[in-house]
Formats: sequence, structure tokens, C-alpha cells
Amino acid sequence: MYSKKVMKYFRHPRNMGEIKNADGIGKVGNPQCGDVLEVYIKVGKNKKGKEILKDIKVKTFGCIAALATSSVITEMVKGKTLNEALKISNMDIAKELGGLPPIKMHCSVLSAEGLRKAIEDYYKSKKKMN
Amino acid sequence: MKRIYLDHGATTPVDPLVVKAMLPYFTKKFGNASSIHSFGLEAKEALEEAREKIAKKIKALPEEVIFTSGGSEADNMALRGIAFAHKRKGNHIITSSIEHPAVLETCRELEREGFKVSYLGVNREGFIDLSDLEQKISEDTILVSVMHANNEIGTIQDIKEIGRICEEKNVLFHSDAVQSFTKAPINVRKINVDALSFSAHKIHGPKGVGAMYLSEGTPFNKLVFGGHHEFDKRAGTENVPAIVGFAKAVELAKEKYVKQMAGLRDYLIKEIEGRIPDSKLNGPKGNKRLCSNANFSFAFIEGEALLNYLNFDGIAVSTGSACSSQSLEPSHVLKAIGLPHEIIHGSCRMTLGRENTRKELNFTVKSLEKNVKKLREISPLRKGVKYNKEEFGHKH
Repeated sequence: MYSKKVMKYFRHPRNMGEIKNADGIGKVGNPQCGDVLEVYIKVGKNKKGKEILKDIKVKTFGCIAALATSSVITEMVKGKTLNEALKISNMDIAKELGGLPPIKMHCSVLSAEGLRKAIEDYYKSKKKMN
Repeated sequence: MKRIYLDHGATTPVDPLVVKAMLPYFTKKFGNASSIHSFGLEAKEALEEAREKIAKKIKALPEEVIFTSGGSEADNMALRGIAFAHKRKGNHIITSSIEHPAVLETCRELEREGFKVSYLGVNREGFIDLSDLEQKISEDTILVSVMHANNEIGTIQDIKEIGRICEEKNVLFHSDAVQSFTKAPINVRKINVDALSFSAHKIHGPKGVGAMYLSEGTPFNKLVFGGHHEFDKRAGTENVPAIVGFAKAVELAKEKYVKQMAGLRDYLIKEIEGRIPDSKLNGPKGNKRLCSNANFSFAFIEGEALLNYLNFDGIAVSTGSACSSQSLEPSHVLKAIGLPHEIIHGSCRMTLGRENTRKELNFTVKSLEKNVKKLREISPLRKGVKYNKEEFGHKH
């Protein structure tokens, strides 16, 4: 049912946990549906002065696909600019994992949405501060 | 790595003595039980001997035992066979909301074919309300179908009392006894039951064979047409090797195994309750629970993930979480006993067999403890935190 890569990320999920004093938090999912994600981001700047995802961590309640997608996305976007990160689609996540069963594609949507919400949260907080 | 099998509710290993009993009927005694030469007679003799052994186990007459391809066919046959034979009397059937899909889906099909079906609710332990059953029986009611033991949470219904109510109201009674057969006593002479469903592979017999008990003289419309096999109630050449194996499995099922499994079940329940916080046993305790069943919900985690982490440790269990199925619908049984979806998602069913040991259970509890903790550490759900549905407003 699942690719070897999905199982690898499920067995050893990366970047799981919280970031204290995170710059942005994205909460998505619904406990009733069986998947809940909290994405924590820390924003920094690269040499060109552009804002990048310096650190990202995730907490996941969910199935194999939810754990694997939320884990792999952290590796896909770490170090990327916020604009680049926002361009990551759920299809990119599924592709990175060697595909997902059709019935589990919603997990990749959730992961992409979690990241987007965390970045939006960062922008909102920044706006408030300014 | 040693593997530990705790999914006997799904299927059981075939007992080597069952295999031994079956083998000659594939090669040497391969006759068609309907043939009248010596090869056929040899098969016929084995078939009838098997029928007698199974009938004896439930105190039925041999001609009241009809062999099928398994429990699902027996359920389909019993419900449809009785419903259509009694259509002139009425078109109302009563069942429970926690039945196996073999019964529920047959009922839904019967509804599409013009029958009316009432689905009895259950309490938090999975028991139907007998007064509710009594009230729902009307002049149109022709059949009540309530399972003996539930396959997910192990609740054993009071089929004696259900049978009494059905007898009093002059309604036929079918019970799906697939999970309970040889694990909880069934004496058809002491309970007013008209039809029962059985399966061999849940009791260390082969897959692909089961039986339906149908009380003598019950009007019945057959489902499979062809020859006059099985007292003209189910056409098709009998699967003699499997039937012989089924009977051998019944013969090998001893009361001592029931006691042994019940002891292990209680030990497992006690250990989990004592060692894993926020764990909840689903279904009743004690003798109203199937001797082989322990079903827990672990808060804040998801069952498919837990099942697979246990599998990495060599332990096979099952879950009622939607994520492990193809439908995204969580267990209808756990929903029926009133569990919220997020708790259902963290459910884990462990079903014991006679080969399991306390040492295996100790290892399982340790693995559960470790993996539940691991999953909780990475879960955003936690005790005391209410989740605002708008905040988590994702729909899928």
C-alpha cells in the first residue's frame, strides 16, 4: 500500500516536536477526521537578506501517511525562502515520497496547508509588530 | 525476530492435526460426495461424520447443519433465505447496529428489495436493550438477527433471553455465532434460535468453509441453485477436505482453552490498564466478554500508526481506526457504543489464541507502552486541551 520511502519516514519521522518561541504556528486538521498537525517555524535570513525557514518542526496526530508527509515536508523546505516554501504543493510532497495511495492524498494536502498556515501566521505577527 | 500473533479474531492458524485430517481428502479420498461408487461413498461418509460432529457440538440434528463457504455466506443465506420464505407474513427485520458487515450489508440489500429493517442501538458496553427489542417487534416482524459475540469488542449478548422474546412474539431468530463458536456455549435445544452462522477459520480450521444451523422445518428459500446438495438448501459440490478439517477443529476445541484464554485476556487487560495511562477498555469485563478479546482505545494517538509500530516489533493486532481501511469511516461498533471519533482513531484490538503465552503478552504490553508514549510525544493532542474545531477547520 505504501512506498518504501513513506514507511522510512513513518518509522523514523524527522523534525518532530515543537519550537519554543516559534515565529509562526500552523494548526490544521480535525481530531474527528483522524489527522491533526501543528507546524512550527523559525524564520531567519540568507546571505542575500531574504527570509528563509531557518528551522521547522511538526507535531502530528495521524496515520502513516500523515506522519510521513508532515515529516518529509520539513526536510523539503528547511533553508528555503518563504516564497519558495509556499510554492510546495501537496503533489510535490506525494512525489517526494514516491507516491501515496489515492485515499491518503488528503494527508499531503494537510501538510502543505499546515506549512502555509504557519507562514501566514508569521506574516500576521510581523504585521502586528510593525 | 519472534512474531506474536494477536489477531485471532481475523483468522487463526490451522491446527496441524486439522491439516493431517484433511490431507487424505485431497488425494486418496477425493471422491465427489454425490457419486454413488466407492470413491463417492467414502467422501459422503466423511461428510456426514463431520456434520454429526458439528451438530453434536451445538446439540442440533445433523440435518440441521448446512455447509457453506464461510460465515458471510451463512449470514447471507440465513437472512435472505428466511426473509424471502416469510415475505407473505411480513417484511420487517430487526438487527443490531454492531453486527458484522455480512449481516449489515445483507440487511441493507434486503431494504433495497423492499424489506424494512430496524437497527437496535447498544449501550456503552455493546449490549442491546431487550425491552427495546421487545417494543420494536411488530406484527410485520419476521426475523430478529443479533450476533452472539461481537467481533470487535467481544460483548456476548444474552441470546437465551433474545430467543425467549422471539419465541413469545412468534418471530424467527438468527444469530451470527462466528466469533463465539466453541468459545461460548451454544445449545440450540436450550435457546429458541432458528438459525446460526459459523466459520471454520476462526477456530483453527481452514478458510473457505462454514456452516449454517437451520432448525428443522423452518421455511427457507435457497440462495444457490443447482443440484440437491445439503438437503436441497445449498447447491454445489461439498468441499469435503475443508469440511473434514472444520469438524476436526471443532473436536479439538476444548473448554480448557477457553479458560486459558480468559485468564490471559484478564491479565492483558489488567496490565494495560495499570501501565498505560489514558487507555480505555472497550466492551464489558468478565464472563460477558469473549474469552479471546481485548479492545483498547489509547487517547491522543492514531491506531494505524500504533498497529504498524507494533508490527515493527513483530506483534500483529488490528484497529478500528478509519485510516487502516479503504473507506475513511471509523469502526461502526465503536461509534455505536458512543465513543467520539478521536478516541475511536486510537483503538487497538488484540484477540488471543490458544498458543499465546503470558511471556508474549508481557512483551506486547512493553511494546504498547513504548509505542503509545512515542506517538503521544509527537502528537499535538494532549490531556486537558480542547480543540477548537474552527481553529482546526480543515475538511477532508
